Order: sequence, then structure tokens, then C-alpha cells
Amino acid sequence: MAQKADANCAEIFEMLSRYLDLDLPPQACRMLEEHLAGCSPCVAFVASLRGTVELCRHFKASEMPGPLRDDARRQLLDAYTKALAAKTARARSGGSGF
Amino acid sequence: MDRQHEIELARRLIAGDMQPFEEFVEHFRASIFQYSYLTCRQREDAEDIAQETLLKAFESFDQLREPERIRPWIFRIAKNACLMRRRKSIFAPERELSLDELMPERNGDGAHMQLQIADWSNLPDAPLLRKELGEVLADAVAELPDKYRSVILLRDMQELSTAETAEILEIGEDTVKTRLHRARLALRRKLDEKLRSEGTANAAEDGKN
Ligand SMILES: [Zn+2]
Repeated sequence: MAQKADANCAEIFEMLSRYLDLDLPPQACRMLEEHLAGCSPCVAFVASLRGTVELCRHFKASEMPGPLRDDARRQLLDAYTKALAAKTARARSGGSGF
Repeated sequence: MDRQHEIELARRLIAGDMQPFEEFVEHFRASIFQYSYLTCRQREDAEDIAQETLLKAFESFDQLREPERIRPWIFRIAKNACLMRRRKSIFAPERELSLDELMPERNGDGAHMQLQIADWSNLPDAPLLRKELGEVLADAVAELPDKYRSVILLRDMQELSTAETAEILEIGEDTVKTRLHRARLALRRKLDEKLRSEGTANAAEDGKN
């Protein structure tokens, strides 16, 4: 009995991210869940992996960028308005470009 | 900010409505900064990359036809900007992470797997611990070999899809999945070590009282 559990633990180990991402084929998913129902170490392991993903999703860097400088903002706004103008010019000339 | 709102801002900007400009810039500037800061761990570089990326994005804004693509589009530019100015591997040498080395430690004779795992169940109620774990996480991400780090940054931290990540990194979707799993396992291990050391510290304190 113990040996069977061990083999299955290793087998499901590589499928766990796809399990968490709901990306496993139904049959593999069923097999995995059957294993989890009888293996508390794997349940704890899945919880720790799920916790890791959750920490990544909610990660906020302690470092944040400083305020955007005025010249940098102007640079971005210029680029944006130029691109808009180019688009409008193209639309006027019938979309053919030049 | 959710993806839908972000797309709405892009849609309006594409249509020539300049009102969401500030919000759009602030939002993406923070995301790109976080992405590049975790890659290079240099504030100035991360700020430069954020500016460079936004500038490139706005310069070719007239080519963006589908606002739905705004996030992968921006992060493709950010990825290239990071590559361009990357200082030769300050941190991790390029190497493979094998599943074997990421298996949790076992106790016993191998007949049955006794895992050494911390208790992750009360994480949500411990803001201070979460903050500390955030620092462990940032260091652990920086230490990952490039090809694993780029996947976890895009998939789990920027929440791009498998397909979008594959496109940005120019690799197959199966490769994204394999690398993502290994990256998560590597981060899990670092976080678990931290939690276990906290657990031991608590237990030691309890013993004293
Ligand atoms: Zn198991």
C-alpha cells in the first residue's frame, strides 16, 4: 500500500501546475483527485504550490517607480499625438499610406 | 486594474480620446517597472525600461488595431527592452531546473513519501508574514535562470495567458507550461523554507515561555 502511494506521488508531481491552471484532461484530473483523496502529504504540497501562485499574483514590489518627470511625460504624449496624426493622415489618403 | 478596464483605456486612446492618457501611462508604467525590476534589480534601469517601453509603444500606437492585445503587445516591447540592456548575468547562470531537484525532501526509507512542508493554511491572516514572503519571493525570482524567470513573470505575475506568453517569448505553449511548473516549484521551495524557519522560530519561542 505504501509503495503504491509513493509511485503515484511522483507521477502526479509533474501535473500539479496544469491541475491548478485547470488545464488537465478530465481523465488525468480524476486520477489526480483520487490520489489526493488518500494522500495528505500531496494535499499539503498542492496547498503550498497554490499559495505560491497566489503570492505571485498579488505580489506588489516594495520598490515603486519615482514620479514621472515632466519631460518624460511630454515625450510620451508627443509620440502618442504623432502616431494619432499619422493614422488620421493615412485614413484621409484612403489607407494606402503615402 | 483588471484586464477589461485596461483594454477599455487602450480602445479610447486608439480612437483618439486623450482623456485616459494619464491613467494608462501610470498603470502600465507601474507594471513594466515591476516586471523589469524583478529582472534586473536596478531601480534606474527599471525606470528607464518603463519609459523606453512606453515610448516605443506610443510611437507605434497607430499599428495597434486590437485593444484586446494591449497587454501582450506592451510586454513584448518590455521584454525586448530588458534583453537589450541586460548586464551579463549578474545573478543566475543559465541552467535547467530538473523536476527531481524540485521534489520536496522526504523522510523515511522511500517506501512512503513523508514530505517536509510548512503549514501554509493561515497565510491569508498574516499580513506581516506575507510582506516578508514578498521579499523572499522577489529574491527567489531574481535568482531563477532567465528562461524560467521570464515565464513566471509573464504568466503568474503579469497574468498573461499561456498563448500570449508563448508568443512574447517565441517558444511553444508546452514549453511555457513546463517552465512555469518548474519555476513555481523553485519559488515554492524558497517560500516554504522561509515559512519553516518562521515556524521553528515560533516553536522555539513557545518553548521558552
Ligand atoms: Zn501523494
